Amino acid sequence: MDIVIENMTKTYGRQKAVDNISLQVKTGEVLGFLGPNGAGKTTTMKAITSFLIPDSGKIFIGNISVNDNPQEAKKNIGYLPENNPLYEDMPVIDYLQFCAGIEGVAKDKINDKVREVIQTCGITREKHKKISELSKGYKQRVGLAQALIHDPEVLILDEPTTGLDPNQIVEIRELIKKIGKEKTVILSSHILAEVEATCDRIMIINKGKIVADGTAEELRGQAQGSEMLKVTIEDGSLDEIFKGLQLLNTVELVDFADKSTQTFQVKSKPGQSSRREVFNLCVKNGWTLTQLTFVETRLEDIFRELTLEN
Amino acid sequence: MKEIWIITKRELQAYFDSLMAYILLILFLGFSGFFTWIYGSDIFFVKQANLQVFFNIAYWTLFFFIPALTMRLLSEENRSGTIELLLTKPISEWQVIVAKFLAALLLIVAALFLTLPYYITVSSLGNIDNGAVFSGYLALILVSGMYIAIGLFTSSVTNNQIVAYLLALSIGIFFQIIFQMLSTNLTGILGGITDYLSINSHFDSMTRGVIDSRDLVYFFSVMLLGLVFSESMLMKKRSV
Repeated sequence: MDIVIENMTKTYGRQKAVDNISLQVKTGEVLGFLGPNGAGKTTTMKAITSFLIPDSGKIFIGNISVNDNPQEAKKNIGYLPENNPLYEDMPVIDYLQFCAGIEGVAKDKINDKVREVIQTCGITREKHKKISELSKGYKQRVGLAQALIHDPEVLILDEPTTGLDPNQIVEIRELIKKIGKEKTVILSSHILAEVEATCDRIMIINKGKIVADGTAEELRGQAQGSEMLKVTIEDGSLDEIFKGLQLLNTVELVDFADKSTQTFQVKSKPGQSSRREVFNLCVKNGWTLTQLTFVETRLEDIFRELTLEN
Repeated sequence: MKEIWIITKRELQAYFDSLMAYILLILFLGFSGFFTWIYGSDIFFVKQANLQVFFNIAYWTLFFFIPALTMRLLSEENRSGTIELLLTKPISEWQVIVAKFLAALLLIVAALFLTLPYYITVSSLGNIDNGAVFSGYLALILVSGMYIAIGLFTSSVTNNQIVAYLLALSIGIFFQIIFQMLSTNLTGILGGITDYLSINSHFDSMTRGVIDSRDLVYFFSVMLLGLVFSESMLMKKRSV
């Protein structure tokens, strides 16, 4: 089931939390919401689950309008809210049975379903414990289990890996990837590596607006523009090499990366490459080129560039 | 309907798990038993084979106990954020409200059911008016429903249980005492209105065995109003 948002706006008082956002997520796609705190990620997710009513705009789950038919839309959504609220006084297994019940899972299938999600989320040993006795990571798994209990077509996960240890994070990522093949998933995070590892598509939101949208590669391409090289040249004096590099036609900017090892950052003019020129320069002067590597723009840099003020 | 029952069951479970239910049952039976049989103008003092004494004691006990029962119902969900979990499931606000109302009401009905030995005892002591007993119990259930609806509403406006309790008591005290006091001092239309708003006149006639549609309308409209207000509080949170 596709998720479609059309021109959604939501204001809190005078502040626009979400400002005229439109987006579409297709079945089998995992979309990652990235953005600084207060960018509008959670607000957007709450609106999709119909917990928040937007001021204007339309949201569709498949062909069902969330505004007009929230009960029907909610049946298709599994939701893990921010901070993962749970009935802490209940044992895990009771809690999951309760959730299965109100999600409308048929009575004779509830036990099978509960057993299934307990297995998928790796909480078999904890199933008889009270939720309040669990560690944060296990609570997070219970939250995820609760979202999966009715086999929803759409999964909305607000920061699904907070509080998990690195092993658990990898497990949950794998799980999300597996689920994401057949279902539509939106997850939010501010851990960039995580979004890159799990999501097919990344959307960066800042101040209620979508500022970037695409695969990790596409985002890099957009931000990169010009080639960046890391060059280490030996057997020459630092100043001479610096000058030599700067005088190349294709080079826009040269910077010292590490003076002790004579490493430079070379930025080429847009659309041009300086690799040949650097090599020829070394040959001409009898210097030894020990390193010539591309510098990939990291997602962090794109993120900072797009979301930092001025 | 199925969803309502699932939530009601969970709430009842929570009452018993948190010992709240046991404490309420013991205190209710303790208080009402003590004042009905042992102390003050008890049944032996009144020397009539009816349950008037018990009904009056229960009337006051419930006034204080019900807010304690309802204060947690929505305020705790607001505080811990589980309300978000509940309302993003395919159920409506109304179903949530009704389910919680039913849970508290069922607990009260259970408490009243446990006073059945009072009836058996009194009926063996003299010639008891069964109709009055029936309508008296019905009146207690209706009064309880009314206070539960009020408590549910005050629980929906805050995320602090104590605030919800005190707020419910202060609204309840109008129906319990203040309207009656006003009605004795006021005349004309105002007197009539305050008299109708006071629980006393409705409750008294019912414990004497008179079931009047005016009384039923009164109880059901306050209940409905409380539930509708609670529902709109839940809805309001979503469009803020």
